[in-house]
Amino acid sequence: MNQFTTFGIVETILSKLPWTLLLSLIAFVGGAFVAGLLTMFAILGGKIANVGVSVVISTVQSTPLLMLMFLCFFGLPLFQIEVSPLLAASAALVAFTAAYLTEAWRSALKAVHAGQWEAALSSGMRHDHVLLAIILPQAVRIAIPPTVGFLVQVVKATSLASIVGFMEITRVGTVLNNITFRPFLIFAIIGALYMALNLPISLAARHLERRFNFNR
Amino acid sequence: MFNFRDVFAYSSLILDGLAVSIVLCVIAGTLGFLLAILCAALKTTGPRPLSWIVTAYVETIRNTPFIVQLFFIYFGVGSLSWRMSPVFAATAALTLNVAAYFTEIIRGGLADGSRGVREAALSQGMTIVQTYLRIVLPPAIAKVDKTLVGQFVLVFLGSAVISQISVEDLTSAAQFIQTRTFRAFETYIVVTVLYMATGLVFSLLYAWLRPALFPWVRDSRQ
Repeated sequence: MNQFTTFGIVETILSKLPWTLLLSLIAFVGGAFVAGLLTMFAILGGKIANVGVSVVISTVQSTPLLMLMFLCFFGLPLFQIEVSPLLAASAALVAFTAAYLTEAWRSALKAVHAGQWEAALSSGMRHDHVLLAIILPQAVRIAIPPTVGFLVQVVKATSLASIVGFMEITRVGTVLNNITFRPFLIFAIIGALYMALNLPISLAARHLERRFNFNR
Repeated sequence: MFNFRDVFAYSSLILDGLAVSIVLCVIAGTLGFLLAILCAALKTTGPRPLSWIVTAYVETIRNTPFIVQLFFIYFGVGSLSWRMSPVFAATAALTLNVAAYFTEIIRGGLADGSRGVREAALSQGMTIVQTYLRIVLPPAIAKVDKTLVGQFVLVFLGSAVISQISVEDLTSAAQFIQTRTFRAFETYIVVTVLYMATGLVFSLLYAWLRPALFPWVRDSRQ
């Protein structure tokens, strides 16, 4: 019944690749959205907001991602939210991504020299206008390489969704392993798939870093 | 709504799990550090083929998830060779993982290291190995030590995954207690706090040890 050829194994794994990609997309887009809000809140909301955001970031970052997933999976039902593996994994990955990106973006904004602020303000520009027209374009250049590089961490992190039962490529690997007993082949293929996704992103991030880093 | 008492009834199990997590990560961190010292040397000054091998190893680890590395070693390599124990496979996977990241970090510290110092040491009659270990490496490590410790803490947090090959670590203790008490949320809160606190203790411990390790570094930059 369960006679998997090597080709069958590859085909089955590839059939779950869209779920890894979807989860990465949800995490990255959702995380970037939350990070955008948190960064604005931290920058514009005064000292207390800034410290509050820092506390949230370091709390999330010092929590194992697997624990974040378990806490979402078992914690959200306490608030009468029905949780599927996809929802639990997405929520945890969004939090994980948002924490990193907020830190990266906020420090990019802070890295723009204070003289830029002073010069723009003293030439009569409004505060919000300075932020949008002078500071943001410079901060974006600083923030792009780490943001792209973090995409690799996101793709890798989606593999933990397998533990809460979400059927992406790592999960299908463990299932196939139980059926076919060919773990060496299966996990080599899965590793190669992650490599194929991540290596181009890593190289692009390093390229961007070299390109944007000329003056620092 | 919340009930932590059921969870604390299993505190000795939790502490045993925590001890397993800490011991395995410290062993892997130490072995990984030694391996990384070797790999960083090969990557920067080794012969071409060896530096390529190191690059391939580092990129493979850094671009694939730890859980896949763990499964590949435990199930995959385990199916071709002897049947390794979960603890052995977990330690091996953690070591190889941490060493790849450490290699890149140490290489970063070596990168702007002065060539003149190296040449001076060599011309004094020191061997290449002596020069590397005694002259070139220490300031490079001192430059990137906090990044290394930060990476070690990340690996410690990521080690939660070794519970998936039935290593009896902190997360595995949590999963056991959860099935016994049905207090999943409370259990994971307790365990999460322990992971956080331990990560913090690692950082603080290092900050305390640092002056003894690098007495010549006076400033507290980074």
